[in-house]
Amino acid sequence: MPQPDYRSLWDLTASGGLSSRRFVADASGRFVLADLARGRSLTVAPETLRGQSVLLSCERQLPAVQALLQLDGIARRILLCPPDLAPVHVPAVLEEGEVDAIVSDGTGPAAQSAGAVRMIGIGSQFIKNEQAPGRDSPTEWLLFTSGTTGRPKIVVHTLASLAGPLDDGMAIASDAVWSTFYDIRRYGGLQILLRALLGGGSMVLSQAHESVADFLARAQRCGVTHISGTPSHWRRALMSPAARDFTPAYVRLSGEVADQAILNSLAAAFPRSSIAHAFASTEAGVAFDVRDGLAGFPAALIGQAGAKADLRVVDGSLRIRSARTASRYLGDGHRLADADGFVDTGDMLELRGGRYYFVGRREGIINIGGQKVHPEEVEAVINQHPAVQMARVRGRPSPITGAIVVADIVLRSGSGTLETIRDDILETCRRALPPHKVPAMLTEVAGLEIAESGKLVRRRA
Amino acid sequence: MSVRPIILDHIVRIAEQQKKPLAPLTDDLPLLESGLDSLCIAVLVASLDDSLGVDPFDRDGDVPFPVTLGDFIELYEHATA
Repeated sequence: MPQPDYRSLWDLTASGGLSSRRFVADASGRFVLADLARGRSLTVAPETLRGQSVLLSCERQLPAVQALLQLDGIARRILLCPPDLAPVHVPAVLEEGEVDAIVSDGTGPAAQSAGAVRMIGIGSQFIKNEQAPGRDSPTEWLLFTSGTTGRPKIVVHTLASLAGPLDDGMAIASDAVWSTFYDIRRYGGLQILLRALLGGGSMVLSQAHESVADFLARAQRCGVTHISGTPSHWRRALMSPAARDFTPAYVRLSGEVADQAILNSLAAAFPRSSIAHAFASTEAGVAFDVRDGLAGFPAALIGQAGAKADLRVVDGSLRIRSARTASRYLGDGHRLADADGFVDTGDMLELRGGRYYFVGRREGIINIGGQKVHPEEVEAVINQHPAVQMARVRGRPSPITGAIVVADIVLRSGSGTLETIRDDILETCRRALPPHKVPAMLTEVAGLEIAESGKLVRRRA
Repeated sequence: MSVRPIILDHIVRIAEQQKKPLAPLTDDLPLLESGLDSLCIAVLVASLDDSLGVDPFDRDGDVPFPVTLGDFIELYEHATA
C-alpha cells in the first residue's frame, strides 16, 4: 500500500545532498550517487517492478547497491541474496520468497535460475529516466542468516527496522567515507551501507577474492574514514603490512566476540582512531556499542530505562527488544521473539566485576565430562599471548570425557615455532582458566578459515 | 616397534605437561592411581590416536574399559596387532 509520507532509501540518500563527491565504489568500478538522480541502471523502468517480490543476484556488491537505491519504495519485497548462497537452495528461496523477478548483472547464485521467473538485468551504463518513479510503498528487506549448515533462514526487515535510531554514537559526519570487510548483503555490511547513504557520505565496498592488503590499500586511496569488520577480519588485516599505512578515524568491530587482545592490537595499530565494538545480529538488530576500549559491556546496560534497545539476560543468554529487531522469519513459522517481544540471541554472558562478557554461542558449547566450555572464552585467553595471531578452539571427541578442548593456533610471523612457546601459552591458560577449560592439545596451523560472513569457521564436532 | 614404549613415553610427557606427579609405571598400577586424572587419560587417548592412528575405544560394543596400565597397553597391542 502506498504511504504518502514514506521516505525511501533513495529519498533519504538524496536528502543528504547529491554532491559529485558522494560515490559508491568497489575494486572494479564506481558511480556517483547523483547519476541515479538522472537515470537508471536497471534494464527496465523500476516502475515495471511495482508491487513485486524481487531477488538480487550479483557476485559484486556494486550492482546490488544500485538496485536497492532504485527499487526500495517500489518493490513489495527485496531479497538480498548473498553471493555464497548454494545454488541448490535457490528454488526453495524463490518459492518461499514468492519471487516474481530476479534482478541480476548476470552473475550470482540465481543468475541461471529464471525458469518461470522474470529476469531483469543491471547494466553498467545509466539510462535516462523517463520520469522519476514514486517511491512511496514500504518495501520488505529480506536478509539471509549466516548459519553455517543447511539452508539459511530468511529474516524480514524494513528500511525502518534496519535504519532506526540508535544510541550507539556512530557519529554521522557528512563527507564520511565508509567501508566494511563485510558484504553489504549481510546485516553487518548493510548497516554500514545505510550509514553511508543516509548520513550523507560515500561507500567503499569490499570485493570477493581481493586480498586484504589490496583492500586496505584501496580503502586508504579512496579516503575511507569509517570502517567495520569482525574481529576475525581485523586479526587478518593486522597481519598485513598495508594496515600500517591505513589511517581511519573510526574502527568498528561486530559479528563476533571482541576480546581484549584484538581491542588492544587495534588501539596500538590505529592510535588516532576511535575504536568501538558493537553487538548486533540479523534477527535482533543493532543493540548497543561499547567505546571504552574494554571487552564486554557495562552491566548497567541491562534493564536500563529509556534506552533504544531493552536488554535482558535469561538463562545466561542475551535477549534484546527494540524497534530494530526483525519482524519475523519468512515461512517456517519459527518464532523470532518471545511473548514480551524479546529476541533470544543465543549469545551467552558471564558477569564479572560489573561487566558482562560474551563467552560464546549457546550451541557452540563443548561438554567436557559434564563441564561446559565455550570455545570463545578460551580463544580470548590464548589470543592474549603476544606470539598468537589468532586461535580457534574446538571440542575433539573423546571416549573418556566425551570431548577434550583442543586449540588450533596461528602464530605471528617471527614468533618461532609452537614447540618453543607451547608451555608459555598453556601457562597463560592455566592462570586464567579452570583446568577443564585449558586446551589439552595445541596445534600450529598456517591459517584459519574465515567464512563469507566474516566469522571464524567452526565445524561442530 | 612395540606400542609399549610409545605409550609410556606419552604418559610421561602428558604428566609433565599437565604437571601431575607420576607413580612408578608398573603393569598392575590402576590407571586412575597413576597420577593421571580422567582428563589426562582423555588427552593420552587423543595423542596416541594422532601418533599411532588408532583409538581402540572407538569400536562399538563391548571393549572392556582398561583398569590397570597393563590392561591399557594390552588394549593398544590388540588394536595395532
